[in-house]
Order: sequence, then structure tokens, then C-alpha cells
Amino acid sequence: MLTAKDFQKISNYEWEIPPRIREGMRVPIRIFATHQLLHAVLKDQSLEQAINVATLPGLVGDVVVMPDVHQGYGFPIGGVAATAYPEGIISPGGIGYDINCGVRLLGSSILAKHAAPHLNSLASALDHYCPSGVGKESLLKLQHSELDEVCDQGARWAMKKGWASEQDLRRTEDGGCLKGASPVKVSARAKERGRIQLGSLGSGNHFIEVGVVEQIFDQEAAQKMGLHVDCLTLMIHCGSRGFGHQICTDYVQEFQSVVRRYGISLPDRELVCAPLNSPEGAAYLGAMRAAANYAFANRQILAHQARKAVEEVLAGKVENWYFHQVYDVAHNIAKIETHTIKGRPQKLCVHRKGATRAFGPKSPELPPEYQASGQPVLVPGSMGTSSWVLMGAAGSMQKSFGSSCHGAGRMLSRSQAKKQIRGDQLRSELERKGIHIRAGSLPGLAEEAPQAYKDVDEVVEIVCEAGIAHKVVRLKPLAVIKG
Amino acid sequence: MDLGYVELQHTADWAACIWAPDFPGLLIQAARAMFEMSGIRLVKAPKVERDFELEATDDESLLVAFLSELLFLQETEALAFDEMSIHARGLKLQAHLTGGKIESQAKEIKAVTYHNLQILRLRARLEVTIVFDV
Repeated sequence: MLTAKDFQKISNYEWEIPPRIREGMRVPIRIFATHQLLHAVLKDQSLEQAINVATLPGLVGDVVVMPDVHQGYGFPIGGVAATAYPEGIISPGGIGYDINCGVRLLGSSILAKHAAPHLNSLASALDHYCPSGVGKESLLKLQHSELDEVCDQGARWAMKKGWASEQDLRRTEDGGCLKGASPVKVSARAKERGRIQLGSLGSGNHFIEVGVVEQIFDQEAAQKMGLHVDCLTLMIHCGSRGFGHQICTDYVQEFQSVVRRYGISLPDRELVCAPLNSPEGAAYLGAMRAAANYAFANRQILAHQARKAVEEVLAGKVENWYFHQVYDVAHNIAKIETHTIKGRPQKLCVHRKGATRAFGPKSPELPPEYQASGQPVLVPGSMGTSSWVLMGAAGSMQKSFGSSCHGAGRMLSRSQAKKQIRGDQLRSELERKGIHIRAGSLPGLAEEAPQAYKDVDEVVEIVCEAGIAHKVVRLKPLAVIKG
Repeated sequence: MDLGYVELQHTADWAACIWAPDFPGLLIQAARAMFEMSGIRLVKAPKVERDFELEATDDESLLVAFLSELLFLQETEALAFDEMSIHARGLKLQAHLTGGKIESQAKEIKAVTYHNLQILRLRARLEVTIVFDV
């Protein structure tokens, strides 16, 4: 059981758990939190899970914990861990079942006051054009060969279909396509699930949100992103659907025996892993990249569908109804990246589980327009609260393997949320605040209530004060479509 | 008979403690928990039957494989089951399931995890806590 004396204070926003506190820990844990938030985090198992992660072989640097951290399975959600490449390990549980779950933000020059009379229709149109909810399939039914192309090409596949612009791809992490995907390492079962779901939102905490730019904190950066005060935005949160879920299920199952083969002992079976330079590790890396590309294509198709909905509702009613891409980020993924460790560049496999890449200025991976400023970091709040657009700061490259927070972070358990909050009351309450809601399931809506989450403004304050990101704009929700 | 399940607190996902007098009973009870927590309702007719066999390296893996098979059938064929018969021998099982098409479902389970998964052999029953990714 962790207590306050196990933490060393680095600053008002950074804490460390040294490896000596638990047998088997190989590296320290660095936590971004205030004193108050740190105590709140101790109420669930997130830091115990981070300690388990710190026992993995081949780790480099610290295990990093973001202020939106909460208890997951295996890794905590809001955790970052880097392993040496290629001699370190890769852990499917360190990425999660929803591989490349991520967020896309589109911006516009549509003034909210001009769109206000049409927002209800827009919510309905988005709900119609973007299939969401439990068991909802996509309008697309892919042939197996087409699915393989999606796995290889990611969002580029959508561009070939006319569903993406060059700017969309340029402003997507890795251009919307990870190299080295191996569709042959994906099971027939995963393909069966993936074939019928591309272009669908899913359920759970996935959503499409129409928002408005409420406040600008960095005018120059906002200008580069095409974000203007009082203008509409559109945010899409989803991942690789059943395709990614099945890939993770398959490999977590297979790796149960792989860890024995490589003599790896673990405190939790969900942390199973394989050496990156083993046939098993390479196979998972290839399959995981296939799922990541599927997710990039999925968000691209949903963005295309959302633009169709906007056109149907707003064409001719506002001056320019086009929604341009601001950025698209992954927050459940492992990537091979080069970071400076003890003054030397080193190739690492960076696992981000509920954490967003947040590369600072001058990172060659960024598109030219964001080179000078840093990578846009998209931080959705909960339904009734703000969302944020941040930019990666230089400190992220030194402290967190170029990573930042990914959301507000849950505080209440789902069962507590359902007990305390009724879905129909919540919907009425949000609608009274002027937020249009479309929800596939009222109990599902209750589980995702704003009260179930931490204060996103506090989370953002911490990452900014810690120097890993800085504020660009704050968004306010106007309409939410939830699966 | 001493069998059942109770939903446990979990911040991000769903967790349930499940118990039954024997291993086949534990699998069936875990499946029921999964269907009930998802709020699944079946159409009354027609009935659908499915048979399958599974093999794994230990009991916990067999449990995960069984529930994952049900999630696969749920997602690809919209099927769930209310009558289940399971024969387990060593690390193999044969399942005969009767159910039907899903009429409605409140929530989706993405996956069955291995997080701290351990089947406890208590005096009169087996007990396991499962975390479901939702």
C-alpha cells in the first residue's frame, strides 16, 4: 500500500516514486500532479499499476504518469513507458485493446451565433451520417483485400477514395499511416470484425462533439491551427473498433506462453510482452501497426461523413461551411521514436496508454506549419465541460518522452456513476445548458457524465506548469453524439 | 447452489467477482455476468444453438478464451446465450450453447482482460475477479 512518504517531491507539479520502494522495480516513476491530485489518485489502483509497469524488462528512463491517470488493467490509463529498441520488449496491454484510440479536431470559420438555429439539425445529421452505438456496423462492407489495403495505407486509403485532403493527411500523426504494418500477422477473426466496422464510432466513451472556441491563449498558434474565437469546431474520438480489440485479445492470449519462453516474470498477466527483436514481438508490432492504420482510416472516414452532415445542414446558411483539419492524435499506441537519453539519441519503443504524443518545437515529425510552435495536443473534457487544444513544449522531450495528458481522466467508477446519475436527467440537464445530446444508451450516457471525471482545467494546468505543454485554446461543447 | 456474481468498483472499466461450485459452473456464471452487465436482451424466437471446443494452457486462459469466444459471436453474429452446457476435461472444454439473436444491448464490452486474473479455489467454491475493458 502506497503512502505519502513513498513520494519524493520534485516540484509543485512533479513527484517521483523511487525504485527502492518495491522489489522488482527497475526504474523510477515520475508523476505529474499537484499535492491534492496525488492524494486523489491514491484512491484507486493506478499507481500500483504504474509500479507493476516499472518491473518490465528493458525499460529506459522513468515510467511516466499523467495527471489524468486512472486505474485501468495492466498499465494505468495515463501512463507512458519506453523500452530500448530493439532489445527491449513490447507489451500489448501497454497499448490497450482499442489500438490507436485517438482524437481528431476540425476547425472552421463558422460563427456559433450563425449556426445556433441549426445545431439541433446538425446533431441529428451527424448522428445519421456517422454510425454509432453498440452493434452498429458501418455503411462500408470491405472485401478482405480492401481491408489489407487499409491496414497498409491507413488514412491514405481514404484519400484514394476521395474522402481525405492532402491537408488532412499532413495534419495527422505520422501522416495517418504507420510504416511496417503486417496484415498477415492479423487473425482471420480480427479481419472478420474489422471488415464491417470501418467508418463507425462505436460506443463507450467515444463521441463526436461540436464545440466553439471559447478562449484563445496563444493567438499565433491558434492562427496557425485555423482556430478563431466564437467559431465552431468538430472533435471525433474513436479507435480501431473490434479489429483492434481482437488483435489485442489474440496477442495477450498468445503472449501468456511467450513470456515463459523468454523467461520473463511479471506481477500481472495483463502485462505480458515479448522482446521486440523476437518473431513474436515483431509479429505483434506489425499487427498493432495494422490496427493503428485502421484507426487512422476510421477517423478519416468519420471526418468525411461529418463534413457531409455539415454540408447538408449548413450549406447556403453560413458563408463557408468547410471544416479543415487541425490535427489527429493517437493516445493508445506504441511507436518507435528517437529520444535523447543521457545526452545521446536512442531509439525507443514508446508505449502510450491514455497519453498523447506532444512533441515540442523543431521536431522533424511535425508538418511544416507546426514545426516552429510544437505539436497540437487534443485534450477532450467530458460532455458538459471544456476541451483543450495545447501544444507540445520542449519540456515534454526531456521529461515525458514527448507525451502529455489525453483527457480529464475518470474519477468515479462506472457503477458509482450509474448509481448517482440518471441518464435521462443528465440529458435534460445538458440540454438546459444548451448542449444538444444524441445518445445510443442512457445508462451509457450516465457512465460518461461530467461528474464522473476530474476537472480537465486542473489537469491542463498541471501539464502546462510542468512544462510539457502549453495552452492554445479552450473549447466549449454545443452538441455531443455518443455511441 | 452457491453461485453468483457481484459487480465491483473499477474506475475506467467493469469488474465482477464471480463464484460457482465448479469450473464449468464458473464459466457459465461468468458468461451470465457478462451478458447481464451488457444489458443484453434476446429475441424470444427462433432459438439458436452453437457448439465449440477450446483448449488453453491453464484454467484462467480457458476462461478468457471462452468469454472472448462469446464476445466474438456477439459482435459478428449478434448472438447471446441463456442456456449453456460445458464439459471441461483438463485444459480442454466443449460448450453447447442455446440462445438467440440480440434484441437490444445497453453497453459493449471490448475485451476480457487478464488483469490480476486468478481463479481462487476456496473450500466450497471457485472464485474469480474479472476486469472487462469497456
